[in-house]
Amino acid sequence: MNERRAGLVLGAMAVGFSFLYLPIFAMIIYSFNASRLVTVWDSANSPTLAWYRELFHNGALLDAARLSFKIATANATGAVILGTLAAFALERYRRFRGRAMFNLLTTAPMVLPEVITGLSLLLLFVALEQTMGWPRGRGAVTITIAHITFSMAYVIVIVKARLATVDRSIEEAAMDLGARPWKVFAVITLPLIASAIASGWVLAFILSWDDLVITSFVSGPSSTTLPQLVFSKVRLGVSPDINALATLLVLVVTACVVSAGIYMLQAERKRLHDAQMAFEESA
Amino acid sequence: MHGLLSNRRLQRLLPSGSWYVIAAPYLWLLLFFLIPFLIVLKISFANIVLAMPPVEPVFVWTQDQILQIRLHFSNFAFVFGDDLYIEAFLNSIKVAGISTLLALLLGYPMAYGIARAPNGWRNVLFLLVVLPFFTSFLLRVYAWLGLLGRNGPINGVLMHLGLIHEPLQLLQTDFAVYIGMVYSYLPFMILPLYSAIEKLDLNLLEAAADLGCRPARVFMKVTLPLTKQGIFAGCLLVFIPAVGEYVIPALLGGPDTLMIGRVVWDEFFGNRDWPVASALAIVLLVLLSGLVLLLQRVQARGEAIHE
Repeated sequence: MNERRAGLVLGAMAVGFSFLYLPIFAMIIYSFNASRLVTVWDSANSPTLAWYRELFHNGALLDAARLSFKIATANATGAVILGTLAAFALERYRRFRGRAMFNLLTTAPMVLPEVITGLSLLLLFVALEQTMGWPRGRGAVTITIAHITFSMAYVIVIVKARLATVDRSIEEAAMDLGARPWKVFAVITLPLIASAIASGWVLAFILSWDDLVITSFVSGPSSTTLPQLVFSKVRLGVSPDINALATLLVLVVTACVVSAGIYMLQAERKRLHDAQMAFEESA
Repeated sequence: MHGLLSNRRLQRLLPSGSWYVIAAPYLWLLLFFLIPFLIVLKISFANIVLAMPPVEPVFVWTQDQILQIRLHFSNFAFVFGDDLYIEAFLNSIKVAGISTLLALLLGYPMAYGIARAPNGWRNVLFLLVVLPFFTSFLLRVYAWLGLLGRNGPINGVLMHLGLIHEPLQLLQTDFAVYIGMVYSYLPFMILPLYSAIEKLDLNLLEAAADLGCRPARVFMKVTLPLTKQGIFAGCLLVFIPAVGEYVIPALLGGPDTLMIGRVVWDEFFGNRDWPVASALAIVLLVLLSGLVLLLQRVQARGEAIHE
């Protein structure tokens, strides 16, 4: 790489990464600002934890957070079960009737605008209620179903990529030794793809925890999730307690992602190390 | 139990294990993804009425046991006849297009830098690109609300430097929408670019340089064509969600920032006009489905090359 281009690349990286991170840092700093005007720094009384204290006394916010947590957990679990099955179907059964359609159905929810997905699911729920009497009204159940439908696609991508790297001769060996397909899956395949399933679960949880648009379409008057509450507040402008909330969320997510990254890096190193040891022993 | 399962005759009667593996997610997606679209399509041909749900039935059984299908094309005529909707579609394409271009211009050198970074650094930088994607989308858009505000730090710095004397109106402008779009979708651009650049055979670049090709020409003639697939995938991954975006124009854009996602939302929640909202969704869907199929083909080709 010549020097001028190296400079250009470094410059772009500096601009790009500050672009990605400065807003987040600004939000964190302002969360300790005592002034209600958020962006006007009140140096006499800052830094303060007042907004954090207020968060934990805000009943509506805590209720919304609890509901979002429940929905996200149920969603992640459902999405992982269905997503793993779908990934298995797409990766291992190369031919079956309707495979092309299935493939399209599993990727489309990722790229379609959320307004369309939300609108279509609401119309489905209304039609179902009219014809079958289920679901009665809309709330946590309909939100969870909607979230599973779109977050499943992300689980499929992650699990499918891992399944493609699994050495099939191990599965075949187990099969030759008389293990039934279900047992092969539980004892051989599942442990090999466990970390992909775990990442899929976390991603599905975050997608659900964060979703506003689809949720707004399929939620009822009695169910307000955290993003809905935040959005209705933020529409009126910046607010100091939202800065505090954002800071807490960013810290939790960063801790999770960084520890997951370190864990995966170590697992990778261990695998390389084990492979080397096995090679040396056999040599 | 074992005896029962190994009973061949019974096994033939029951669907095989693979049937269940495929059927569970397949049926779910048919019921909660495909059928809803058919309902949207149906409602887009319905008449609006003052009731709950506010639509007239499309399929009606008359007293003489005749199934009547009443398709009203008026919603589509209305959508295509009103300048507001046409303008919203065109403006969405413009905003998404410019945002995609900006994300590519910023994302390409970043992806290049990450792919060529020393081994230890590469994982860290990669993680730094992915990390914002995991933190709340809504809150990241919100962060710009404070930064771009009249009393915000950007105006503060510019005034302090003496570049401007009065705070600029940055919020509620198209500029703010572009910033929000590039900010939110930059990781989608960088990831496919990164994997394309990482796969690049450095020997090819060296060979071109050895043969007397100048760096700029090597980039144009070798690097760029070989990473074409990544560029294509990245652009589609930014453009497609950006066209239908609701949150960013709603929070950062002005009242005159017309985007189709926002219009669908307002028709549905504001005017309670389900048929027109459905008709708009169908038009948007037709517009995007071509791009989605294109994306699938690009990714399938990428996989084939990879294998």
